[in-house]
Amino acid sequence: MFRNQYDTDVTTWSPAGRLFQVEYAMEAVKQGSAAIGLRSKTHVVLACVNKANSELSSHQRKIFKVDDHIGVAIAGLTADGRVLSRYMRSECINYGYTYESPLPVGRLVVQLADKAQVCTQRSWKRPYGVGLLVAGLDESGAHLYYNCPSGNYFEYQAFAIGSRSQAAKTYLERKFEKFPESSRDDLVKDALFAIRETLQGEKLTSTVCTVAVIGVGEVFNILDQKTVQSLINEFEISGEEAPTNESAAEQSGGDAGGAAPDQGGAAAEEEAAPMDI
Amino acid sequence: MMRTSFAALIIASCILMRAFVKPSPLHTLEMDTLLTSEGDSQRTQYPYVTGTSVIGIKYKDGILMAADMGGSYGSTIRYKSVERIKQVGKHSLIGASGEISDFQEILKYLDELILHDNMWDDGNSLGPKEVHSYLTRVMYNRRNKFDPLWNSLVIGGVKNGHKYLGSVSMIGVNFEDDHIATGFGNHLARPLLREEWREDLSFEEGVKLLEKCMRNLLYRDRSAVNKIQIAKITEEGLTVSQPYSLKTFWIFSAFQNPTVGAEGSW
Repeated sequence: MFRNQYDTDVTTWSPAGRLFQVEYAMEAVKQGSAAIGLRSKTHVVLACVNKANSELSSHQRKIFKVDDHIGVAIAGLTADGRVLSRYMRSECINYGYTYESPLPVGRLVVQLADKAQVCTQRSWKRPYGVGLLVAGLDESGAHLYYNCPSGNYFEYQAFAIGSRSQAAKTYLERKFEKFPESSRDDLVKDALFAIRETLQGEKLTSTVCTVAVIGVGEVFNILDQKTVQSLINEFEISGEEAPTNESAAEQSGGDAGGAAPDQGGAAAEEEAAPMDI
Repeated sequence: MMRTSFAALIIASCILMRAFVKPSPLHTLEMDTLLTSEGDSQRTQYPYVTGTSVIGIKYKDGILMAADMGGSYGSTIRYKSVERIKQVGKHSLIGASGEISDFQEILKYLDELILHDNMWDDGNSLGPKEVHSYLTRVMYNRRNKFDPLWNSLVIGGVKNGHKYLGSVSMIGVNFEDDHIATGFGNHLARPLLREEWREDLSFEEGVKLLEKCMRNLLYRDRSAVNKIQIAKITEEGLTVSQPYSLKTFWIFSAFQNPTVGAEGSW
């Protein structure tokens, strides 16, 4: 009821004790396209939906390598995300220069969170409109964190942000108990399944998603399109049900019908968007 | 403008070196202000109270480090209970030779570093490699400002099973090795270590080897004092021994009846 009166400044409290500008910033994250992350004891996988605005344009980069041992996926205002990635890269490089050692992820995440908090307490600033899924490795193992525009951060076994992320979260909630012991390839498979959930019936191909992996013995790297497509084909999930018996048969009717003609067009569609990097 | 006056300073110090064989604590400040136009107040141009060599070796379970407890004031051995090996955080040891007050300054920097590291309270901690790298940056930056911390440092430690031993000099030269020494130790101790050091030295063997080096230094380094401490650091923790003295051996046949065969000497 009072939303419009108390939402002009980030530094104005509402009578109910809320900062509306910060909440609006979190809305911006929900409007961005989906990004998901999941981790085992030794690996973390980030994946995101990358839809180009039109067939003529390239899609926005939503996954950034921050250092050999840290990567980030963003959802929301990608420009804000790019700026924060640059900050993270800078922090990592400075720490590495001084201490010849990788910056522990947990510390980077706290620095990021403190940076975001500053923007919620200055009248001449606005909160960052981007949610960050930070994946990294340090002494104590593999970690996945989520940084909010509010300045909060949480550690997760698996998480999804952005539009239609609830579908992915539902899938992840079903599966997360086996993640700690999963192999790297199983994790990637689960990530692709989760992404497929957010597509709500659209065909999953490597042109609409990006996958990145980091783990013990593997520096942070973004898988190239060919690899992702072959993984999708291998796991037979482009439009079909997952091989593990899923009782929730959402979209099974629609998908089975679209599966046959899709298989034929799969190879050709890899070349569909002319500006794919 | 700055560069020419620095050049003048260096040339002037060389001239001074020739006039006085070694800068001594009795070298007055007036002599320098005549040569520099800036009122440089904070520069360590020469050390006053100095410690001599530090030796460090890797052994089977970790690192052993030895140093004597002397603080010399030029040619006078003024202080005989200076602790030149100190703990840094959970995983590292630092030993210093050179200006003692600069070592105390470094310990303050490290104290602050470790404090902030502990304040994160997140299960991560700075190990010897990180401390070594940090000190390299500090020493090199001071050197670039022509205001060095007049020390040679030895950093050793064990973290997650990895043994680490390295050194940094006052101009920021740094390296890692299986055995390290500063000052005279480079000339008198390292040849012994190159011959006798092995990867799998036991604690007793390591101490014996270090004592051999320290004894050699005691005989030949005029700033050495016969009161040493040996520090040990392993994965489990760190101990610094109580100070003790080394046995020295002077019964050489050349010292018995030294004047026999020399006509006219007494």
